[in-house]
Amino acid sequence: MDSAGKSSPILGCYWSKVPRENNVTGSFAPDLQQLVRTHKRRYLGNNVFPNIDSRWPQTRTELQPSHPSEGPTSPPSQRRKGQDSSNGDLMPMPTSPATDMLSPAAPQDTSLFSSPRPSVPPNEVDMSSPLMYGTPSSRVEGTPRSGVRGTPARQRPDLGSPSTDGAVASEPNAGQRLVIWGTDVNVGTCKEKFQRFLQRFIDPTSKEDENAGLDLNEPLYMQKLEEISVVGDPVLSVNCLHVQSFDAELYRQLICYPQLLRRLPTDIDQLITISGMVIRTSQLIPEMQEAFFQCQVCAYSTRVEVDRGRIAEPAVCRHCNTTHSLALVHNRSVFSDKQMIKIQESPEDMPAGQTPHTTVVYGHNDLVDKVQPGDRINITGIYRAVPMRVSPIQSSVKSVYKTHIDAIHFRKTDEKRLHGLDEDAEQKLFTEDRVQTLKELAAKPDVYERLSSALAPSIYEHEDIKKGILLQLFGGSRKDFSQTGRGNFRAEVNILLCGDPGTSKSQLLQYVFNLVPRGQYTSGKGSSAVGLTAYVMKDPETRQLVLQTGALVLSDNGICCIDEFDKMSDSTRSVLHEVMEQQTLSIAKAGIICQLNARTAVLAAANPIESQWNPKKTTIENIQLPHTLLSRFDLIFLMLDPQDEAYDRRLAHHLVSLYYQSEEQMEEEFLDMAVLRDYIAYARTYINPRLSEEASQALIEAYVDMRKIGSGRGMVSAYPRQLESLIRLAEAHAKVRFSEKVETIDVEEAKRLHREALKQSATDPRTGFVDISILTTGMSATARKRKEEVAQALKKLIQAKGKTPCHEIPAAAR
Amino acid sequence: MMPSTHDWINCPLGVVEGMFAASQNNPNSGWEAKAVEFFKNQLKEKDAHTWVPSLNDVPLHYLKPNSLVKFRCFIQDMFDPEFFMGVYETVDPSTKAKVLRCGKYKDVTECGVDFNSSNTVTAERQTFYCVPIPGENPWVKESYASTSQARVVPSTSYAPTRQKRSYEEDDDDMDTQPQKQREPHAGPQSPTEHHGNGDCKRQETEAPSNQTASASHLDLNFPLPGEKGPSCLVKVYEDWESFKLNDLLEVYGILSVNPALSALADEKDTSSSIQDPTECMETAEEQRVHSPPASLVPRLHMLYARPLPHNNPLLPCTTVEDNSAFLSSSLSEMASVRAELLAYFTHILLGDALAAEYLILHLISNVYTRRDVLPLGKFTLNLSGCPTAASYTERFYQIIQQLVPSSYYLGMSLQNMNQMRLVPKKDYVANRLVSGALQLARNTSLFLDETQLEQGQLDTTGVRNVTALGNLISWQKVDYDFNYHQMEFPCNINVLIVSEGRSLLPSDCQIHLQSQVTAPQLEEYLSSIHMHPQSSSQLNKFRIYLCMARQLDYNISDEMTKSVEEDFVDMRKDDPQSVSAEDLHRMLVVARLLSLSLGQTSLSRDSWLRAKHIDMLRRSRMEQHKCVNGNEP
Repeated sequence: MDSAGKSSPILGCYWSKVPRENNVTGSFAPDLQQLVRTHKRRYLGNNVFPNIDSRWPQTRTELQPSHPSEGPTSPPSQRRKGQDSSNGDLMPMPTSPATDMLSPAAPQDTSLFSSPRPSVPPNEVDMSSPLMYGTPSSRVEGTPRSGVRGTPARQRPDLGSPSTDGAVASEPNAGQRLVIWGTDVNVGTCKEKFQRFLQRFIDPTSKEDENAGLDLNEPLYMQKLEEISVVGDPVLSVNCLHVQSFDAELYRQLICYPQLLRRLPTDIDQLITISGMVIRTSQLIPEMQEAFFQCQVCAYSTRVEVDRGRIAEPAVCRHCNTTHSLALVHNRSVFSDKQMIKIQESPEDMPAGQTPHTTVVYGHNDLVDKVQPGDRINITGIYRAVPMRVSPIQSSVKSVYKTHIDAIHFRKTDEKRLHGLDEDAEQKLFTEDRVQTLKELAAKPDVYERLSSALAPSIYEHEDIKKGILLQLFGGSRKDFSQTGRGNFRAEVNILLCGDPGTSKSQLLQYVFNLVPRGQYTSGKGSSAVGLTAYVMKDPETRQLVLQTGALVLSDNGICCIDEFDKMSDSTRSVLHEVMEQQTLSIAKAGIICQLNARTAVLAAANPIESQWNPKKTTIENIQLPHTLLSRFDLIFLMLDPQDEAYDRRLAHHLVSLYYQSEEQMEEEFLDMAVLRDYIAYARTYINPRLSEEASQALIEAYVDMRKIGSGRGMVSAYPRQLESLIRLAEAHAKVRFSEKVETIDVEEAKRLHREALKQSATDPRTGFVDISILTTGMSATARKRKEEVAQALKKLIQAKGKTPCHEIPAAAR
Repeated sequence: MMPSTHDWINCPLGVVEGMFAASQNNPNSGWEAKAVEFFKNQLKEKDAHTWVPSLNDVPLHYLKPNSLVKFRCFIQDMFDPEFFMGVYETVDPSTKAKVLRCGKYKDVTECGVDFNSSNTVTAERQTFYCVPIPGENPWVKESYASTSQARVVPSTSYAPTRQKRSYEEDDDDMDTQPQKQREPHAGPQSPTEHHGNGDCKRQETEAPSNQTASASHLDLNFPLPGEKGPSCLVKVYEDWESFKLNDLLEVYGILSVNPALSALADEKDTSSSIQDPTECMETAEEQRVHSPPASLVPRLHMLYARPLPHNNPLLPCTTVEDNSAFLSSSLSEMASVRAELLAYFTHILLGDALAAEYLILHLISNVYTRRDVLPLGKFTLNLSGCPTAASYTERFYQIIQQLVPSSYYLGMSLQNMNQMRLVPKKDYVANRLVSGALQLARNTSLFLDETQLEQGQLDTTGVRNVTALGNLISWQKVDYDFNYHQMEFPCNINVLIVSEGRSLLPSDCQIHLQSQVTAPQLEEYLSSIHMHPQSSSQLNKFRIYLCMARQLDYNISDEMTKSVEEDFVDMRKDDPQSVSAEDLHRMLVVARLLSLSLGQTSLSRDSWLRAKHIDMLRRSRMEQHKCVNGNEP
């Protein structure tokens, strides 16, 4: 986990949550305003976020009265107010920050302040957030450490560490000169910077889909704040990359602050972002924040904060001086929500041969139940380490720290996959160098050949098949015609390999499966329709019905490799009809009716029915697959033993060298698998070619030509499906070149490849002509013609014979 | 000043701490590297490593805590990295004197830790869960134990404290009666030592009962059912990225059995109310797995680990390069040993010399490299036509067991297939990888007995298990089940399938056994196989031979490449259907193994022709068999 990227943490700033009625009733009602700060104290960390932290308490105290919902019915806030007033020595605080905040003339700010809605002054942050180790200054009363209060800035540190003898560098009561304890980070400057950031930041790289409805030329976060004030969302998410680009110093402070006292391994107590998969979530844990005690004698009540997991029960009632008369009243104590979440490294980022690591994450309050097991998420949070005590009695300590992450923000990376393409999940982060190498590679004139030969180098020749698979790996451009009612156009290229057994079809499939990040490998023999699509099962833990997705759905945006396609049962195969053209999967099972995305490219392999390919038969006759399915494959290749001497020789050489060449020698000859993988990922993510004018012309011509070939002999030799295939292939070829435009050369290659595939699979064995109707209707035109001729001849024969009562013959001829 | 031998074995922490203390004046001394280097150098000395007691042979309660021990093991699981106090400061409560201490290679700190000291250094380490090598055969264990105890004799110079005495006794014990080491000792002893002996006896009897009692509630997660032996949590301090799951290691480390570690779980329950609630957040299962009682699963703080290329005690355990002298001396002998072994196998395989030849090739096969997804060098053998009578297959396995360092017999009965856990699965509740029978070390012989298969239906688990076996054979990989996804772990397992007809699993090569023994005589013949005791020196020769042949380097000269190509083209010319690319693949493997089995490190014309010849024989036998048995595919 330590190596997790810190490149773009998403920071959620918490806004003071509106106390809602339901929050203040039950005993579990968390006091959202104060929350986890006690919990905080246990951490080694002296925590993060100086910039946001120090000013919130003051603004909040100002705000409280303006909450209409807070009335006498709301004990927490009531109590707070009472305490506020009792804390005379803290009063200087509200003043200075207030001026601060409003200083750079921000009309929105003021307007928000005055609005009756609790809404979001930008600088108000929920104390409940774990990152807010700063307690509301007013709440220190009653804790044993109240002696140190006096300077607002000192209250945070004492939360971070039990020691109070540290270097306190703050200067009392000087808002502008406040620094974060232990550092020289000036609170005032930070505040100003952050404010400036919020008010002025305009995202130069913003994409429309991300910020729909926002004016890109206006400050981004001010607009978001307005939106938030309407929605009542307690959180403003700030992209830390934006902070970084706006003010690198502020970013550094945000990430690194603070590293004092200890020389800790690099990431402890820093803000980090890691990606992973949720594997387990605990139940909601109510964590006591403040215990409520009532005297049995005089009914005097007092509150004690939880300090490092313990409650110091008052021994003497302060009011009536009776000893041991105080009893804990559970339902008036204050609890906060907490949830333990276990995450595991994503399988993609794993070094080979190791098991994935897991890390504990704590989610608080609104983050509780935000994620489910199985979710892929990015977590931004503070990495913590706590020493473990063997027991409170023993003084020796297990010298191990417990580590966990206090989550601040979850971002699901697969959230959008159900609905649309998730660009982020795909977006592997490429280093500058890597991109440079890839671009250099793309600029080479023979990149197409290079890549195709790098594909499965252990498999000999079959260049066109490898090229086809290469284009499949890149895929076409996604087009959306849903507005005009035609839905999405398939961008994936489907390929069927048929041929003699033992021509390394399976090996090719295995290779592809290993190459692509989201690949699935199934065998037609072993898979059922449910295994491919989805099935409903009872979750053993929750006892709820859950939909378990099968191979096709799992390989959404990837490639589904199906071996022994011919051995698949008909019912299973019928599932593929929808997937291979509409790219969706409709399910109606156990009361669940839904449509799942299955934008998967299918790479299938089939063996001929007679175990050896019969060249005298058509493809359909050889593999006995319904033509409705076959026509959905863009390319159908035959993998046959060519049986010629030169080929044999080259094959032998290839195989022998496979067995004696050293690893290095092989590497020299071929591109590294990792480079290929990156190349494909990069092209798939960033390159989205469009047809150029010439290319469309070329495509039209190609299609017309294909139609012409057939019309000469009175048959149809191409259908619109073939045109679509051509377009996809051309686009994929443009992607290989990293070109944003599909040009004539792409169309040429697409035509060539398509023709090659047709030549192999749609050649009529009787005439030697390519006849697409073999694949589209299951019967070649000549075969049909002959059938008709036979029928005709028989008819004639019968008529010539006169009135012979021979009815069997015409019946048979039919 | 160099610490004496016994110091570094008995009290390695003293050495470490000495170096730590010496480094305090000099911040850039790099004492940590020096400490590791020191132990490495000590162990390099001739035979030094045999003085170190091994967890594999010595019962845990005889070992001195915090002493240097070694452990020959297999990485079964990797836990999460942990942070610990590398350096910390303690305060004496009375004098308030602060002392800087080293926390490395320890589990528990000294009393009075100052948590707020600015001198604390946090460091990271990784924990591996290690078990003894799965399927390691008894002869290997015995042989390792005997080599080790012969040199532990200098231990008589230990200071005669009670605890040490019992350990020392044990060593003497094994010295005189290696084969009886588990039995209560009854040999003549001098009366002065009688007390110690009795003590030892008592401990011996106690230990097993202890073990079973605790094992009942704690699954030690051995890959194979019925395994015994200590498992260990190995703490790795540096370079843990270089270790992989399922690696074989010989770990030298400091034994830690501090009861405080195990007490943790018990005290949790009683004191949880005043404990930090976050610490109780781990589930009970997770607690049990990650901090098991130290008396059962000791902790080992790694100082040095040697990756084991094999676990054959008869062969020097070094890399091939260092070994070349040894190899070249034995190369000349290989051909003669091979002939003996061939005769032996022919005898066992009911007089079938061809099958015996293939069996040798199979036993020395090894995945030596991978080309993208294709593992090269694997040679799964399907021995069909095995008699089902007189538990032939079991006897056959027993013989294999005598020859290879680790092996496992998997009877493919319907029940086994439907119930056994073959593929390791991640248990997220306990946060560990629950092992399965296919989690095996490199070059383990997996013996699949298909004659056990009866009619019936495979359920979901059964289908999954059969698929896993198929994947293992075809791609030499096992897809571990991580619930939300699968993770592929490459492996290198020699799979031998014995069956009546053709196996339902794929194989690289099938040979049908042609018994020279008629059915009525079979019973008698089989019993005589067992009566054919091999002298141990001959067995040892075979054992060395099989391991060594596997380790040899191999190449094909350009000339031979050409000639093989020619041959292939010629064969295809005559009958293109007869030889496919797949056949060439197999013949190249056969030729490679054949050369290696003869101790030749490059392909010769003769070997190639011979490979072609035996493959031809085999195929003609299959044709023949096909004709006899029409329903065979």
